[in-house]
Amino acid sequence: MAPRILDFGARLRTGRAFSSGDALILCLLAALLYAGLRLAIRAPAEVRGPQLSLSLWALPWYALLSTARMAAAYVLSLAFSLAYGGAAARSRSAERLLLPVLDVLQSVPILSFLPIVLLGLSALLPEAIAAEAASIVLIFTSQAWNLTYSYYQSSTLVPQELREAAAVARLPASLRFRTLELPFAAIGLVWNSIMSWAGGWFFLMAAESFTVGVRDYRLPGLGSYLQAAAGAGDQRALVAGALTLVLLVVALDQLVWRPLLAFCVRFKLDVVAGEDLPTSWFLVVLRRSAVVRLCGQHLVRPLLAALDARAARRAAERPVDSPERDPTARASPVLRVVVVLLLGGVVYGGLRAVVFLLDLPVGDWFEIGVALLATGGRVLCSLVLALLWTVPLGVAIGLSPRLARIVQPVVSVAASFPATALFPAVLLALAHVPGGLDLGAVGLMSLGTQWYLLFNVVAGTNAIPQDLLQTTRLLQLSRVQRWRTLLLPALFPYLVTGCITAAGGAWNASIVAERVHVGGEVLSTTGIGALIAGASDVSDDRLLLAATLSLVAVVLLFNRLFWRRLYRLAETRYRME
Amino acid sequence: MPDPDRPAALLAVRNVAKCYRTNASTYTALANVDLEIREGEFVCLLGPSGCGKSTLLRIVTGLQRQTSGEVRYRDQELVGVNPHATIVFQSFALYPWLTVLENVALPLRARGIAGGLRQARALELIDLVGLHGFESAYPRELSGGMRQKVGFARALASEPELLCLDEPFSALDVLSAEALRGELLELWIGRKIPTKAILMVTHNIEEAVLLGSRIVIMGKDPGHVIASLELSLRQPRVRTDTAFQSVVDKVYALVAGSGMAEAEAKAAARVPMARPLPSGRPNAVAGLTERLAQEGGRMDLSRLGKELGLSLDELLPVVESAAMLGFAKVEQDDLLLAPLGRTFAEASIPARKEIVAARVLRNPTMGWIHETLQEDDNGRVAAEYFLDRLRPTIGDAAQGQLDEAIRWGRYAELFSYDDDTREVYQERG
Repeated sequence: MAPRILDFGARLRTGRAFSSGDALILCLLAALLYAGLRLAIRAPAEVRGPQLSLSLWALPWYALLSTARMAAAYVLSLAFSLAYGGAAARSRSAERLLLPVLDVLQSVPILSFLPIVLLGLSALLPEAIAAEAASIVLIFTSQAWNLTYSYYQSSTLVPQELREAAAVARLPASLRFRTLELPFAAIGLVWNSIMSWAGGWFFLMAAESFTVGVRDYRLPGLGSYLQAAAGAGDQRALVAGALTLVLLVVALDQLVWRPLLAFCVRFKLDVVAGEDLPTSWFLVVLRRSAVVRLCGQHLVRPLLAALDARAARRAAERPVDSPERDPTARASPVLRVVVVLLLGGVVYGGLRAVVFLLDLPVGDWFEIGVALLATGGRVLCSLVLALLWTVPLGVAIGLSPRLARIVQPVVSVAASFPATALFPAVLLALAHVPGGLDLGAVGLMSLGTQWYLLFNVVAGTNAIPQDLLQTTRLLQLSRVQRWRTLLLPALFPYLVTGCITAAGGAWNASIVAERVHVGGEVLSTTGIGALIAGASDVSDDRLLLAATLSLVAVVLLFNRLFWRRLYRLAETRYRME
Repeated sequence: MPDPDRPAALLAVRNVAKCYRTNASTYTALANVDLEIREGEFVCLLGPSGCGKSTLLRIVTGLQRQTSGEVRYRDQELVGVNPHATIVFQSFALYPWLTVLENVALPLRARGIAGGLRQARALELIDLVGLHGFESAYPRELSGGMRQKVGFARALASEPELLCLDEPFSALDVLSAEALRGELLELWIGRKIPTKAILMVTHNIEEAVLLGSRIVIMGKDPGHVIASLELSLRQPRVRTDTAFQSVVDKVYALVAGSGMAEAEAKAAARVPMARPLPSGRPNAVAGLTERLAQEGGRMDLSRLGKELGLSLDELLPVVESAAMLGFAKVEQDDLLLAPLGRTFAEASIPARKEIVAARVLRNPTMGWIHETLQEDDNGRVAAEYFLDRLRPTIGDAAQGQLDEAIRWGRYAELFSYDDDTREVYQERG
């Protein structure tokens, strides 16, 4: 198992701790959220969503609807990633703006996007469609960011000489994308797609049933089914819904992701001898199928050939730009005016948001501070918990190909299964234990994020050179010495990368972990997630804005001041050469 | 005025410079470069690493843009990627997920040539380079030499007038490289390819003398053209011929000699910080003096490189270091061992360290670092302190110079460096 791990470090490696860009982006975010909230207040009277059926016969239909929503959101995420990641990789000035924006976006919890998304869409679309579109956009916000990072990173890592070969062969942009950029990014994109879908399922319940102001939206789907079942305390429906979800995850794994992974083997730059490559029975079926072959011969190939011919005709007329990134290039005057105007708007909006926030009672700020501390504690606990079991297991998997073969299929399904689906059921059991919700919240947070750690530990163990492992064995070090002199230092960079992702995910998971509707009542504990979810439920827009901004600021601060330093250390001291 | 006796000029590079700007400072890769290539020429660009020869190649193909100066192709100002030129890369630059056939057909696909014709043309080229039967193989299934053949076939697919080669043989084993050189010459001299001229970057002197009709020698800091040498040797050329060897010696002298002259000029200049430290490894310098002593104190540079198995890139820094330490000096195409060098070669390890310590302290940078540490109470000074004072005079080269200083300081046991605290320090007591 060698997943291409998302390297958030690439982002951390460059730039200063805090730049003026960060301030601007916080401003932008505040302005956007503020605008959405203001609109929300003027929303008309109460609208109830359709009543959900808890009948088992509704499940296949709901599952289909949810999958369609996820797929739509995923297509949107992919398109966004290719455009955004590609733009950031192509131009240095775009990079300077786009990467910090991405940094902020991925630390905004899903519910905080809700008001602006829903109301923006309601203004354009009829009510029912707007709710559907909002749900898709919400799922998008839990899928897009890591894909974008992955594509950006692959694009910057394309070897210079391959780019130059494309330029001297005069490949038109469309052909270059198909033969160079997409194949190069493919493996990373598939691994991150799997993670994105897992993330999407994780927040599905939040994305399919939500309240804004006095409006209560409940879209027919698996997420809202689980939510409703939990709300009604219907154990049978809960179990059935969770089982459906497991089936769905396994089916997608077998029919979509495994075949894609096996297909992408051809895009590996170098294959290490003895490495286990992913295989897929379904891909074999597809490859042998006459229908697929005929489609390829008579549909896909002629289409691509026509596209290529058109691109070639167009490209023949223009000179090919050199692939060198020009650091001295300046934006056109029109673009500059637009940027200046936009900046003005953003600063104005940010100021209004600040004024708006000034009215927030001091007590609420205090409450936010306490909540941040509480959630921070939970994030820390969940990280420690996850580290305690992922490090030994990951090392064991990494060192033993036999164990890897047994554990890998289990892990890949388990990693995709959203713990949120079972969470209400677990809470029903824990409800009467003192501190049960706190316990459950920590558990849910680590369940959602520990996989990043496990994957990183396995990848890190695989990266330890064999001769170092053998030397260590020859030296006959004790177990403790072996961990201290070889394993922990060698894993350090991977642990840091994994922890950054896991911690970010844990902060976000607090939204669904700290406040839950179970059996007709609301269970809630102290924490920033509970605060945001609660504020969203009762439409306390001031509190929602203040809590969201505080959360984003804290996450960014941690990333820049704590994780970045660790990352530097990992890069300079504990790098394998 | 067009001259009827001379073939038409394909490419004219006039007064070209290339600078890279980083946040704080500017690095000049090329300055005042002039180069002309006519039809029928096989020009070899030769020089040590860092002399900007690959950059020049990329400017000629339009992959990079010059900072100033002019590049004309067939008397037209070059805009964007040069449509009449192509490159064969050192690393082959094949698309690993495309088969041999698909890789070769790629430039044809880019030109919108239809499927059947494209296939036929690509197969013809694969045949031409001798890869018949490997069409459906992926690059990873091929040996290095065969991969480079695919690289050549792909380059030829775009029917270039000017074929640019960026060290095409240096990633290959000795035998494959030799075979491929022969095949390239056969295609070129036998006029089996429509190519009008070839421009090859290399740091292998024998390769240049073997293939080229002209050798352009470049020097560094910043990259510039030192000399252009027409080769009148008839093909096929034989390495063991005396005429061949005398040309090789002459080129060695030109390359090494110019480097020495510049190093000595810089050493003589009384700008303290601008005087560079020797960049060769201490152990390599020791090996060089020992070999010279065995040979009676004088050795032919080209033979020295060959016997020590060092390429020009590896040999030159060692020779320069030995010269700067006063252990040896270059006379025409020979390297001469100085009396101090002989003492050094025969000395024990501690004695060698003392000799080097005495010599490197004459370097102002080394002397200054040593003194600063002596004056410090704890004998520990942050590396940043030295960097801050080096940067105003030598800019981005400061880190490299400090690294060199630390390497020599460690060898001579003058001072050392603590990577944890980022301090340069001296053992006391």
